[in-house]
Amino acid sequence: MSELVTTANIARPDDFYARLLAAHEGLTKAESDAFNARLILILANQVGDMAVLEQALQAAADSDGPA
Amino acid sequence: MSRIFETPLYPYKRSADQDAPAPVRHPVVVVGAGPIGLAAAIDLAQHNVPVVVLDENDKVSWGSRAICFAKRPLEILDRLGCGQPMVEKGVTWNTGKVFFDERQVYAFDLLPEDGHKRPAFINLQQYHFEKYLVDRVFELQAEGKAIEIRGGSKVAGVETRDDGVRLTVETPDGPYTVDADWLIACDGAGSPIRAMMGLDFVGRVFEDNFLIADVIMEAEFPTERWFWFDPPFNRGQSALLHKQPDGVWRIDLQLGWDIDKEKEKKPENVIPRLKAMLGEDAKFELEWVSIYTFQCRRMEKFRHGHVIFAGDAAHQVSPFGARGANSGLQDTDNLVWKLKLVMDGMAPESLLDSYDVERIHGADENILNSSRSTDFITPKSEISTIFRNAVLDLSERYDFARPLVNSGRLSVPCTYDGSPLNGPDCDTMPKRTRPGAPAVDAPLGDGTWLIDRLGDEFQVVTIDADAPDSLCEAGICATRLPLSASDSPALRDRYLGDAPSAVYLMRPDQHVAARWENFDEAAVRAAINTATGRA
Repeated sequence: MSELVTTANIARPDDFYARLLAAHEGLTKAESDAFNARLILILANQVGDMAVLEQALQAAADSDGPA
Repeated sequence: MSRIFETPLYPYKRSADQDAPAPVRHPVVVVGAGPIGLAAAIDLAQHNVPVVVLDENDKVSWGSRAICFAKRPLEILDRLGCGQPMVEKGVTWNTGKVFFDERQVYAFDLLPEDGHKRPAFINLQQYHFEKYLVDRVFELQAEGKAIEIRGGSKVAGVETRDDGVRLTVETPDGPYTVDADWLIACDGAGSPIRAMMGLDFVGRVFEDNFLIADVIMEAEFPTERWFWFDPPFNRGQSALLHKQPDGVWRIDLQLGWDIDKEKEKKPENVIPRLKAMLGEDAKFELEWVSIYTFQCRRMEKFRHGHVIFAGDAAHQVSPFGARGANSGLQDTDNLVWKLKLVMDGMAPESLLDSYDVERIHGADENILNSSRSTDFITPKSEISTIFRNAVLDLSERYDFARPLVNSGRLSVPCTYDGSPLNGPDCDTMPKRTRPGAPAVDAPLGDGTWLIDRLGDEFQVVTIDADAPDSLCEAGICATRLPLSASDSPALRDRYLGDAPSAVYLMRPDQHVAARWENFDEAAVRAAINTATGRA
C-alpha cells in the first residue's frame, strides 16, 4: 500500500505557489471555488489509490488549527 | 378507448369465506396485488402452495410508475412463466446521454456483456407489467392451481398470533374475517399492515418533489436515457426523458421542495414545462401526471413472526437506479422457497430469519446506492453543488470524471456475502459466481441458456465432473444438471476460471449455495443442510 507523501516533494515550491495564485487571478469567488473543485478532482484521479486519498483527507482535516 | 389502467381486472366478487360460519384458514395470504404481491403469489402457486391475494383495488397500477426492469428480475420472471411477453413488449435500451446546462457532456453505452438471454434492462410501464402478472395468475388458475385474487378487499385489521394471523377484510358487502398461517405484506411504501402492527420504518427523508409525466408523442428522440443537470428548461433542477412502449415517454422533472403540489399537477402548469423541454411545436398528449417525494428507509426486521414484509412495504429507496420493484422481486424470489420448506416441515422456522439477513443486506446496498445518486442529483449544500458541477464540467473533456457522474447506479442483483446459508467456496473459481451470488447466465453448447436450465428446486450443476443424477438429504432433493465447458467458453469463463471442473450446489432461487472442484457426497449433503438452516 502506498503512503501519503508528507515530506517536501515539489522541487520549486515558490514557483508552484505563485502558479496556483496566478491561476485564480481575476476569478470571482464562485469561479475560484469551481476551479479548486476541478483541481481537487483532477489531482485525486492522479493519486487514484483510495488508501492514499483517505490519508490525504485525514491530513487536511487534521491541519485545521494548531498541531 | 378505455386505458389498461382504468379497466377492472379482478373486480370484487363475493367469496365463500364471507358466508362461512367460522373464519376460513388459508396457508398463505398475500396483501397487495402490485408487482411484488403478484410475483409472490405466482411463485407460491407454482410450488403448489394455495394462496389468496387481497387488494383494496381491482386494477393495475395507475400510471407508469416503475418503468425500468433489470436483467435478474427478468430472469426471475422467466422462472415465474411471464418474462417472455414482458421482454417482447418492453423497450430495450443501451445508450444514455448526460446533459449539463445547455450542452451534452457525454454519452455512455451500458455495454451489456454478451452471452445472456435477457437484456440489461427493459422499459415497461408498471401497468403492463402487472397485467402480464395477472394474466399469469389466470393461467395458473386455469391449470387448477389454488391461486385467487380478491379485488375490492381491504385489510382493516391484523391480529397476530403465534401460529398465524387473523385478518379483518372490508368489502362492498361488509367486513369478514379470515385466518392465515402466513401473511406476506406487499402493500407498498405506505403499508397499512405495517402501520396496524405499529412497526418502525425509519430512514432519511429527501426534501424534494418530482413531477412525473407520461406523454404520448410521435417524437424524433432515439431509444436512449437522457438525463439533464440544471437544464435551461428546468433551472437549478434535473430532468429525465425515457422511452416506454406504445409511443409513451416518461418525463421526470425535479421541482424542489417548496412548491404547491396541487397547482403544479394541473395540466395548464405541466404543459408549458413540457413545451420548454420538448420544444414549442412538439405534439404530445398527457397520459398521466403525478408528483412524488421519496425517502430512503427500511424496517429494522422484515419478518415479524408469521408476518413477512416484502418490496416497498419493507424498504423504500429513491427512484434513481431502478431499485424499487427490481429489489422487491428479489425479495419474494428469496422468500418463497424458504417458506415452502418451512411449511412442509422440511426446514426449521429459523430458515426464514435468513430472509431477513439476505434481503436486509440487499436493501442496505440499494439504499446506499440510491442515496448517493440522490446526493449527486440534488446537492444539499453549496460545496456539494460546487463539486457536482465540477464533475460535470470535467466529464465533457475527461474520461476520468465520467464514472463520478451519478444519475442513478442501475440495479444489479445483490450477492449474499456472509449469509449463514453459504457453504464452501473454491478459490480457483471466478469471484462473480461465489456462494451467495445469483446464477450468471451463459449460452450452452446445445443452443440453450443456462438460466433456462435452472429451476426452482435445489440442483447440482456439474461442469466436466461426475455426480449421481439426484441426491436426497433428509427429504430435500437436488437433481443434477450435467454440463460441459468444452463447447461453452462463457461457462468456462463464468464458472470454472482456473479450475478443471466444477460442482455447484444451486439454491431454488438460483443463487449459488456452495461449490467444489469435484463431487463429494458428504460435502454436498452438508451444504444442503447449511443452505436450509438445518446445519
